Amino acid sequence: MGDHGGIEDCIRVSQSIVQWFRFASPQSFYPLAGRMVPWFWAAAAIFGIAGLWMSFFVAPTDAQQGEGYRIIFVHVPASWMSMFIYLVMAFWAGLGLALNTRVSSMMAQALAPTGALMAALSLWTGALWGKPMWGAWWVWDARLTSELILFFLYLGFMALQAAIDDPRRADKAGAILALVGVVNIPIIYFSVKWWNTLHQGSSVNLAKSSMATTMLWGMLLMALAFWMYSIAVALMRVRAIILERERHTEWVKHAVA
Amino acid sequence: MNPFLATVRRDVLLAMRRKSEVLTAVFFFVIVTSLFPLGIGPEPVLLKKIAPGILWVAALLATLLGLPRLFAADHGDGTLEQMVLSPSPLGLLVAGKILAHWLLCGLPLVLLAPVLGLQFDLDASALGVLTLALLLGTPLLSLIGAIGAALTLGVRGGGVLLALLVLPLYIPALIFGAGAVEAHIAGLDVGGHLSLLAAMLVLAAFFAPWATTAGLRIALE
Repeated sequence: MGDHGGIEDCIRVSQSIVQWFRFASPQSFYPLAGRMVPWFWAAAAIFGIAGLWMSFFVAPTDAQQGEGYRIIFVHVPASWMSMFIYLVMAFWAGLGLALNTRVSSMMAQALAPTGALMAALSLWTGALWGKPMWGAWWVWDARLTSELILFFLYLGFMALQAAIDDPRRADKAGAILALVGVVNIPIIYFSVKWWNTLHQGSSVNLAKSSMATTMLWGMLLMALAFWMYSIAVALMRVRAIILERERHTEWVKHAVA
Repeated sequence: MNPFLATVRRDVLLAMRRKSEVLTAVFFFVIVTSLFPLGIGPEPVLLKKIAPGILWVAALLATLLGLPRLFAADHGDGTLEQMVLSPSPLGLLVAGKILAHWLLCGLPLVLLAPVLGLQFDLDASALGVLTLALLLGTPLLSLIGAIGAALTLGVRGGGVLLALLVLPLYIPALIFGAGAVEAHIAGLDVGGHLSLLAAMLVLAAFFAPWATTAGLRIALE
């Protein structure tokens, strides 16, 4: 009797795994992504409105930096997302390489432009913030420099994918590059950090003032809004990639018609 | 013969029969380093200060110049496919090709660097540190570069793409390589810099042939 239970458990577990793997097929992931997109857009809008209200009207003016500090409500979430998206992208790319699941690789490809956008946004808002605060658009600070290198890594990934015509080869080559990048990111980060401290006494001193709770909440809400936005946009982009790559199949002809 | 050494010997022999390709990268290194004083001015104090950075950046670019050729010829005439099919592990053969690339592209730079360093008024001990740092750093450049060369094999605009992929990954080598010489000139201990370079070299020697092999298999599919 006990054996029977064991076998049934096994069957149930494997059925639930099969249920999940069903979404590794572009045909079943396409409608699922389509159903999820509006929810993530809605979450992004709600968190975004709440976060903007928090950061513009509730959070107090900073004692040292005045109103100009409010750019961090965009800057910090963009920096967080640029780093996080690279990890997620490398995860999906690695999964696609290991399990040969096409949707994983498409997901990695769909995430790259959003990650690059976040890195660019982080650099740009950082420059806008740096000019009034430090008196310079750019300083060779460790964090700025590593963010710039992260931006280059995104560009390299996208350029490699764009240069290879065969999508399967592009996926695999991109996956190896993304994984090499993930191994290198900590090495690059620490080398830039040590380089910076060796070269000069840090010319930049962020005042380590304890942050007001409302400021922290504003930043967290904005980070959630950026997160939801990234998911929504990546899902929309992956839908477009699925349609483009599967254009020869019957189900796409039905879906588009 | 050991397949690793046989690959090294073959690649070096092939390059020796067509010396111009190897010499191009070496002359490039010499010309680039000589351009900087012309652009910046002959001020010895300033030149001495920027010498480690210039020599290292020039070495980076000179290494990059030879990378597209690492697998291209073998890919073109089908040798690479024979290597994949051969009974000896592909990783070993790839490691041999990388070592040959270093012997042809990296070692001449290491040997030339002290001579070029004289142009920048570096003293004997600084030249020693520079040579030692390049000796540890240039194999690292060849190893990382091989991954990029494998990924861009036979791809449109491969050369420029290779630079875009590989140069960001070269940054740690540049920082610690040039940093060692700068630290020495400033009178600081260089052991930390050189140890970190050596650590990265060991890490790359282990992982890079493996990643390169994976890249080559993808390119040949």
